[in-house]
Amino acid sequence: MQNKTNIIIGIVAFLLLVTVPFWSAIFTGEAQNGPELSYDTPVINAMVDPHCVEDVDYMRANHMNILNDWKVEVVREGTRVYVASDGTEYLASLQNTCFECHSNYEDFCLECHNYSNVTPTCWECHVEPSVTVAGGAN
Amino acid sequence: MDMNRRKFLQLGGAAIAGLGVAAVAQTPAGAAATKNYINHPDKRTGVKYGMVIDMNKMDEAKFQECITACHKYHNVPNIDTKKDEVMWLWGEKFEHLFLDEVHDYTAEKYKGKTFATLCNHCEEPVCVRVCPTKATFKNAEGVIGMDMHRCIGCRNCMAACPYGARSFNYKDPRDYLDEINPTYPTRMKGVVEKCNFCSERLAVGELPLCAEIAGDAIIFGDLNDPNSTISKALAQNLTLQRRPSLGTKPKVFYIV
Repeated sequence: MQNKTNIIIGIVAFLLLVTVPFWSAIFTGEAQNGPELSYDTPVINAMVDPHCVEDVDYMRANHMNILNDWKVEVVREGTRVYVASDGTEYLASLQNTCFECHSNYEDFCLECHNYSNVTPTCWECHVEPSVTVAGGAN
Repeated sequence: MDMNRRKFLQLGGAAIAGLGVAAVAQTPAGAAATKNYINHPDKRTGVKYGMVIDMNKMDEAKFQECITACHKYHNVPNIDTKKDEVMWLWGEKFEHLFLDEVHDYTAEKYKGKTFATLCNHCEEPVCVRVCPTKATFKNAEGVIGMDMHRCIGCRNCMAACPYGARSFNYKDPRDYLDEINPTYPTRMKGVVEKCNFCSERLAVGELPLCAEIAGDAIIFGDLNDPNSTISKALAQNLTLQRRPSLGTKPKVFYIV
């Protein structure tokens, strides 16, 4: 194999370059700083036993699926009550149920959506608690 | 290492199969949570909703109050230009609503009089038939609803609706709202909207907003039940529908 040294140097350089996001995250410490979700809202603080409609791990992984199901059941079927795994009944509504507790859109929803670089289209129509005046969207 | 073609392929195949098994084994168990939805206890089922507007009892002030309340509740933008305006409930002259009922000698008390009008929630809705995404649909109670999540803004329904009951959001509606009702969504630019008979209120056992405000000028109820107020009103009065000859069977009736 001719140019063996150059080829190996080239491969190593390529691999380093490709993995730059990982290196830079480790050196700048960004990788350790996950999203910091705030549960500091009046309604949650007032709860004796803070809980969501399902358990936290499930909600973290599947809240988008629950909302997706809610939208079909509520809009198309008109069945507006969600029966959670523990039997508790909730009005299936992003604006009227979720936001009742999670009234801190910026520090809760956005915090994680920004970290994972997702831009859900929900907010093009659904009104987050901070939007209340004309032209306040976007 | 002595690696021939056959051995390489065997190893590769085994590795891929192994990955597949691992992926299946790792499927989160939480994804199988039960999906259980029930009706709100106050929701009425087995009904067919209709509306009678009694124009003898409807006065202008009350009507304006209905429009304001409806548009405010549903975050309907207030746009002045004719082309861009969005309306769920609005006023129209008698001769424009009832084309076939007007002749040269129609009483003056009808001509020029403003009548309340809205989506007719037809029993045979044309808009539902032409919608390519099933965004517009007829629900179990006969209400024509819109699933804004599915509307692609093609405007087939606007061309199909013989009553002009639909408006298109040519502009971002949030720019034309003085205040936003946080309990109801707004729309986005590029979708069609119309009156939904307050299906969000019906689903929790409440009357449509206009029927609640207008009192006995708007009778709302179950057409299936012969003893309901609306059925009795229809049985005892001569009522008009808008353009019945089209066969769309509107469920909004007028007592003139």
